Amino acid sequence: MTEQVTFTIDGQEITVPKGTLIIRAAEELGIIVPRFCDHPLLDPVGACRQCMVEIEGMPKPMMACTTTVMPDKAVKTHLTSELARKGQEGTLEFLLINHPLDCPMCDKGGECPLQDQALAHGSNASRFIDQKRRYDKPVAVSQQILLDRERCVLCARCTRFSEQISGDPFIELFERGALEQVAIYEDEPYESYFSGNVIQICPVGALTSTSYRFRARPFDVVTTPSVCDHCSAGCTLTVQSRRGEIQRQLARTNMAVNEAWNCDKGRFGFPHLTAATRITEPKLRDGDALVTASWTDVLRRIRSAVTAAREAGPGRIAVVTGSRLADEDAYAASKYARAVLGTDDVDHRTRFAPASERDELAGIVGRDTATYADVERAGVIVVAGLDPEEEVPILHLRLRKAWRNHQARIVVVGPHLGTLADLAWRHVVTAPGTEAAVLAQLAGDGPLDGSAGEVAEALREVDAPVVLVGERAGAGSISAAAALAAAGDGGVAYVPRRAGARGAIEAGLAAGLLPGGRRLDDADDRAAIEEHWGALPAERGRDLHAILTDAAAGRIDVLHLIGVDLARDAPSAELARAALAKVGTVIVQDLARTETVAGFADVVLPAAGRQERAGTTTNWEGRRQRFARAIDGPDLVQEDWEILVQIAAILGKDLGFSDLAALRAEVERVGRRATPHPLPTVDEVVPAVGTAADDDGAGVTVVARPLLLDHGTMLTGATDLLATARPATVALSPADAAAHDIAAGDLVEVAGANGSLTLPAVLAPDVLSGTVVVPTNSTDEPAGVLADRDGRLTATLTKVSSDAAEEVA
Amino acid sequence: MGTTGQVSALSYRYDVPGVSDIEVYEQHDGYEGARRALEMEPADIVELVKESGLRGRGGAGFPTGMKLSFVAQDTGKPIYVVCNADEGEPGTFKDRLLMERDPHQLIEGMIVAGLAINAVAGYIYLRGEFAYAGRQLAAAIRQAYERGYLGADVMGSGRRYDLVLHRGAGAYICGEETALLDSLEGRRGQPRLRPPFPATQGLYGCPTTVNNVESIAALPFIVRHGVEWWRQWGTEKSPGPKLMSISGEVNRPGNYEVALGTTVREMIEIAGGMLEGRELKFFCPGGSSTPMLPAEKADTPYTFEDIQEAGSLLGTGALMVYSDQTSVVSVVRRFTHFYEHESCGKCTPCREGGYWLGQILTRIDTGTGRMEDLELLEDLCDNIFGRAFCALADGMVSPVRSSLAYFRDEYVEHIRRGVSPFGVEPRRDIAVVEFTRGGGYEPAPPATPQELQTEPADGGLSS
Repeated sequence: MTEQVTFTIDGQEITVPKGTLIIRAAEELGIIVPRFCDHPLLDPVGACRQCMVEIEGMPKPMMACTTTVMPDKAVKTHLTSELARKGQEGTLEFLLINHPLDCPMCDKGGECPLQDQALAHGSNASRFIDQKRRYDKPVAVSQQILLDRERCVLCARCTRFSEQISGDPFIELFERGALEQVAIYEDEPYESYFSGNVIQICPVGALTSTSYRFRARPFDVVTTPSVCDHCSAGCTLTVQSRRGEIQRQLARTNMAVNEAWNCDKGRFGFPHLTAATRITEPKLRDGDALVTASWTDVLRRIRSAVTAAREAGPGRIAVVTGSRLADEDAYAASKYARAVLGTDDVDHRTRFAPASERDELAGIVGRDTATYADVERAGVIVVAGLDPEEEVPILHLRLRKAWRNHQARIVVVGPHLGTLADLAWRHVVTAPGTEAAVLAQLAGDGPLDGSAGEVAEALREVDAPVVLVGERAGAGSISAAAALAAAGDGGVAYVPRRAGARGAIEAGLAAGLLPGGRRLDDADDRAAIEEHWGALPAERGRDLHAILTDAAAGRIDVLHLIGVDLARDAPSAELARAALAKVGTVIVQDLARTETVAGFADVVLPAAGRQERAGTTTNWEGRRQRFARAIDGPDLVQEDWEILVQIAAILGKDLGFSDLAALRAEVERVGRRATPHPLPTVDEVVPAVGTAADDDGAGVTVVARPLLLDHGTMLTGATDLLATARPATVALSPADAAAHDIAAGDLVEVAGANGSLTLPAVLAPDVLSGTVVVPTNSTDEPAGVLADRDGRLTATLTKVSSDAAEEVA
Repeated sequence: MGTTGQVSALSYRYDVPGVSDIEVYEQHDGYEGARRALEMEPADIVELVKESGLRGRGGAGFPTGMKLSFVAQDTGKPIYVVCNADEGEPGTFKDRLLMERDPHQLIEGMIVAGLAINAVAGYIYLRGEFAYAGRQLAAAIRQAYERGYLGADVMGSGRRYDLVLHRGAGAYICGEETALLDSLEGRRGQPRLRPPFPATQGLYGCPTTVNNVESIAALPFIVRHGVEWWRQWGTEKSPGPKLMSISGEVNRPGNYEVALGTTVREMIEIAGGMLEGRELKFFCPGGSSTPMLPAEKADTPYTFEDIQEAGSLLGTGALMVYSDQTSVVSVVRRFTHFYEHESCGKCTPCREGGYWLGQILTRIDTGTGRMEDLELLEDLCDNIFGRAFCALADGMVSPVRSSLAYFRDEYVEHIRRGVSPFGVEPRRDIAVVEFTRGGGYEPAPPATPQELQTEPADGGLSS
């Protein structure tokens, strides 16, 4: 146990661990020492000098934010010490001499620490009669962030956040003395996925957001707790709305998940709810057009389509849900498919997964998986098939925290390092999709050389390593990762990208999978579910690949899509489009007019967005969090589960719940399997190395990796946010570049099985030779057009132009 | 007390022609101290320095031997010596001459310091403006490498010791030891939070000692000539010779080496006495950041303890002498402007307080002061002193406080007349902040012209 120190603050005795800062100890007693630069998640700096306290035996006041507790000393704050009070008032006066009196028009007014403290501790009149500093205002730090330098108190919170937390130190202090100011380098813009946090932690109105500036006052808005739906991180949010419109979103402190941060996508990514592309009313296809219809009309249309498909024979209806759904929706969809449509042809994944993955997903549910806290503590963290900063940004911050705090060794397994390039300790290079074999080798006893040998050695040395497996890690990775983690008493987690993926797994939204980690082919599991749902389909159904293949072959009549844009998001755009074109009735319930809706939907059902409803969501850790309704959606939208209840009803079935409480109660009753199914053994699911794609020497393998800010449906309308998106490029190894006579910046045509992308080249030494990396959804056509019908991504490279800079611009 | 008056110790080679060349330097006992140190145990060197009573010559006067003994020897990390040659305190120019005239002396000192604490390398952080000193040092370091005093095999001992010359970029704050270390590491030069102290986590996070040029240059002498020789000058608590920069209204301003304990009045005489027709009014004993003392204190012996007793500090050994024909308000305004300009901006009291003090003093000096400004100045000084991150701000308020203590009447006279009694033309054209960057900043406009009061300047107040 840590050594404890006992002392007094304002006469109250307190015992805290040695090394605790006085300001933190005071907080425990409910004594708030005024402060500006101090932030519990940033390193102490002692810059603002506001938090002076008097310490027994010391002639000068000390800073509570940089001084650690001392045994038996009497500490007196401004509440009991004249010295501290005078010092604090002096500092406050100094901070105010150059601060403009523009509170009435400042965004921070009403939630401003400087304003609050000036009110609480400041003088009514200023003794300063001279000239205040004046600057041009505002200066754009980035397209999202504006800086009013004359308001700045130079607390260095923003610059410390950038350096210490996000690792994007392109915002810095410049100049000195009274002219010290926050600025960016002239030729290096402030590009960060986490830039919005600097606005939130600014203790004055110096940093404001372009989207919120002059829009509302903190005391004018309605504040609602929510959880972000942009990825599986599960960041808690505060949604603030005024007259039914969201004005801004803030990170809500949750030390277990997002600490006090969130990413810009989560913070600024809400305009899609009011964008022109938003679906606000039910629609039916009439030729090329979608025309507005009543809910009654669309439900009837669905009834006739489903009835006809049933009459045509079994296996002619399938459900694909994507992964943006709330847990309640996922459960309703799972039950709707099995109990109402009578089909197990259901998938929540927008990738072509091997059949064996069902057993792995079933095995995850109910099992203790790694958490953020485990990541933060781990000495070695293995990351496979996942680029955290692009997919689950808050996880990236936690990896970075472990790296910064205790030099955690981060190991990347896969064909490239991606954004972990700065943090990675070792890169174990594998061909795309063969990560599982390496994970299995690391867990095994066999001798390994090179990076793999060093990693195996490191894993043996540390307690509790963490293995994180993403969606691109290939067949058998979850089992192999679990085996690797188990060998070191560590934690493993499957980290899907989308917010609803884990909830969908829990709800059984995959062929052969049932709620609570149950399996359709397990008699006990079937019985447990049939008790609540009635008879289940006898046979395991088809997954996304089989659904699309059969649909393209005319063997499926009704395809019900819930929150998924298969035309863009399926691994093979060609197969998906052929399938969508062939299917008689494509039912889509979604938020926005996606490519699928515009091109293929026959029935369109307007769904409510996250902030327009209440619900539950499960993040990658398996942590369930509730969110509340912040605003009303468009009049005619309905929550996804409500839509399914109505479809069930018109088909003559009762889903068994008609409100959220009843739905949740049923989820509780169904529960999880008492003991989780064991994960498959490595031998069962990990394919042997070397049996991957055959190589004819001319082409390259393509890795399609999503960027955080891309053409995703839920980013439409977020203009300022999208202006900070990273450019779409094709990354290739210098060796491949030389072989194809490609230089950095050259425009390269990446030609695949069914289409091509033309992108500027980036030379990346971390990319495996014979492999190129392209963004999944950052180009006019998605990377899925490169794939063949099995989702295999191979391509040939052709240099289009070496004068790329101008063409791209 | 030992002998007082002018001496020739650290400066004894200053006038040897060509002593910046290593051959001439060797002929004049050069590198004998380093040779001796090489034969000694590191701990014995440190002990010797402790016994000598050498106190740091960079301003704070901390015992150098003690400082060397604090350097952590058991961390397993490399140990560094850093020489603070960022001589920037107004009135101080002793280190510059030492480096220009006798650069090998500093290099030898760096070797001795390195041996004393088992350092692997030394860094000289040189004030960027010292171009000539930089050239002299660079040439001398090159010669020392060629002769094997530096490098992989120091004087055949098999020990490695490297020496790096680093030129600063013109920031006074980088004379603060932790800001210096940050600057040396390539960061923005701002003071670091302490603890950890440099002795445990200094340069690149390794144990480091940071010492002034004169302190380091004294080490070979102490090693070679011993404690007795060193202690023949000065007092028990302030032994040794001291390089003095004497400036101001004296006949021969310049560098002098005197024994500690010599009185200020004697030193003024050594510098040729006051200029014709001028009488001593006040002096700053150790540079502009040390509280000024009035003429009555001129008989104070120049030792750490006596000057402190008199109400000031020895500082860097920069005696600034002012006469009865000089406006104390103008002097303080200039000093304050310097510190305001050189404040790094990190902490509020220094950054904002300096800005405010500067504006008030400018107003008083140029005739738009208010009587209540005097109390305001005192209160602001109270709110700055001891509240800032580093000692720069304490140095900033020293002249303001001390001048108000000794010459309050003169401030009152400035304010009452609305013009300097010394006939200084009111300057209304000085923008309070004069630096601009990126077009974003608009300097303050000139103060509103004000009717000058009719009473003419009478040539000065008697003090």
